Amino acid sequence: MSDTSAARLSVLKTYKLFIGGAFPRSESGRVYDVTTPDGRWLANAPLASRKDARDAVVAARKAFPKWSGATAYNRGQILYRIAEMLQGRHDQFRIQLAEAQGVDADRAAAAVDAAIDRWVWYAGWTDKISQVAGATNPVAGPYLNLSSPEPTGVVAVVAPVGSPLLGLVSVLAPVIATGNTAVLVADPAAPLPALTLAEVLATSDLPGGVVNVLTGRPAELGPPLAGHQDVNALDLTGASPDLAVDLEAAAAETLKRIHRPRTAEDFTADPGTGRLTAFLETKTVWHPIGV
Amino acid sequence: MPSPAPALAPADVADVTATDSALRRFLHGLPGVDAVGLEGRAATLATRSIKTTAKAFAIDLAISMIDLTTLEGADTPGKVRSLCAKGVSPDPTDRTVPSVAAICVYSDLAGVAAEAVRGTGVQVASVATAFPAGRAARSVKLADTAEAVAAGATEIDMVIDRGAFLAGRYLEVFDEIRAVREACGDAHLKVILENGELATYDNIRRASWLAMLAGAHFIKTSTGKVAVNATPANTLLMLEAVRDFRDATGRQVGVKPAGGIRTAKDALRYLVLVNETAGDDWLAPAWFRFGASSLLNDLLMQRQKLTTGVYSGPDYVTVD
Repeated sequence: MSDTSAARLSVLKTYKLFIGGAFPRSESGRVYDVTTPDGRWLANAPLASRKDARDAVVAARKAFPKWSGATAYNRGQILYRIAEMLQGRHDQFRIQLAEAQGVDADRAAAAVDAAIDRWVWYAGWTDKISQVAGATNPVAGPYLNLSSPEPTGVVAVVAPVGSPLLGLVSVLAPVIATGNTAVLVADPAAPLPALTLAEVLATSDLPGGVVNVLTGRPAELGPPLAGHQDVNALDLTGASPDLAVDLEAAAAETLKRIHRPRTAEDFTADPGTGRLTAFLETKTVWHPIGV
Repeated sequence: MPSPAPALAPADVADVTATDSALRRFLHGLPGVDAVGLEGRAATLATRSIKTTAKAFAIDLAISMIDLTTLEGADTPGKVRSLCAKGVSPDPTDRTVPSVAAICVYSDLAGVAAEAVRGTGVQVASVATAFPAGRAARSVKLADTAEAVAAGATEIDMVIDRGAFLAGRYLEVFDEIRAVREACGDAHLKVILENGELATYDNIRRASWLAMLAGAHFIKTSTGKVAVNATPANTLLMLEAVRDFRDATGRQVGVKPAGGIRTAKDALRYLVLVNETAGDDWLAPAWFRFGASSLLNDLLMQRQKLTTGVYSGPDYVTVD
């Protein structure tokens, strides 16, 4: 007979990577300990390898034609859906943030609120950025001259350190809002909100592969991504100064677009459109008129 | 896996193929295939890890084994010519990349391909005999074959009459392969079994032996036009058949998996199957081929990764 009075065994969660819409373990089989700032063990997170990074780039490339070809209106709907899903998991993220950062529940709740609002902000921008960043240009000739912003392609993002949800959303959302696909390297000290956000993304009608989440050491994952010939841009927000220099040098081999903020960003401030335009290319079309 | 290997002297071959009933008795006398064991063995061999210098060797070998294929209704002479240029020099930025084995086209474009690869050592393979269905009168199939050879094809990929095979009219299939082999003249004959339509592994083993008895130089898994094409398991089965056939008769026959092989990793797994099943006698373009089109680009990207140390991308290989 079982002893019904015994304490129930808790079910621990296996955190996994998010690649191509699926949740695989690291190809290497490695994990590392994730702890609170005062050292209490929270969970094991996968320690991604360069092969995971390669697989993520393949998935992101595969997702790019459909995502960049979707209407801006449709992308906006999906980003708004992410905000809705995040709202539904508000408590989970609040607890996770409080543990990850050692902050009280109110501050954690405020950060979750701000992250949800950030998705809504960028959801609104998807079908407006081309009016702001594009133009009809006056030219000296019988041409209608149009400039329109186009997504850059696959963007590798090193997520900011110390802001595991709001900072993460603030760098990720503008990348995908404009039609790019992303390979995200999460903050190594607090990867759990990123992996839980992946579960939100997976249930928000976001096509698989548009966002791929890797957890592990940026120093290990950065170089293969920076050297990869099929990555079009790098966001080095979370890279340490030394690493950022190395990654910029490696990225120069393939003329990648680099976004590297020189000063620490305040993610609670008005985000503006700077991050939206950082990963847009301008396509200019000369169209003959009068014929 | 138990080896069938009944010893067959040339006179025995004549005996078993003399009448429909003798041929049926022989083919149905081949041991049955253990499907679970076959798939298990193929899956086990797929886990072998091939790294560094062995990988570099295998990638070059795989490139040299490709029958670079375009079999679309929309094929144009220009497309065939550009495919030939790619086959001769797969990576224009690196002259150490070997050429592919052959260019595989429809018979009406064999002449264009032959002109484009002249003097390069790359062969021209043409599908014939009412590819892919094989549903046409025998006179039409033979004329198709003869015209492809006359246009310059040095290899002919024929399809067997699956309808006759499945109805049990083995001698009819046998005679047709014989007749096409004669129409080929000096050209090599690859016989496509279309495994996806043969329904059982036993049938694949029987069709393999039937084609080899009829004089095929190669046996090929599939046309690439049906739902199930080359799989590691059915290729493993055919490799066992060519191994056993050589043991029985002394004649070596090649194998060509085709359709659905798209990544370098897949190709390396097939090479492991070849080495572990038929042996390294078959590890050469003369005895093993890949029928593929997009595989070449993935092999080139893997090769660039080995050479430069950074991952390559589809922007750095040509679009077919």
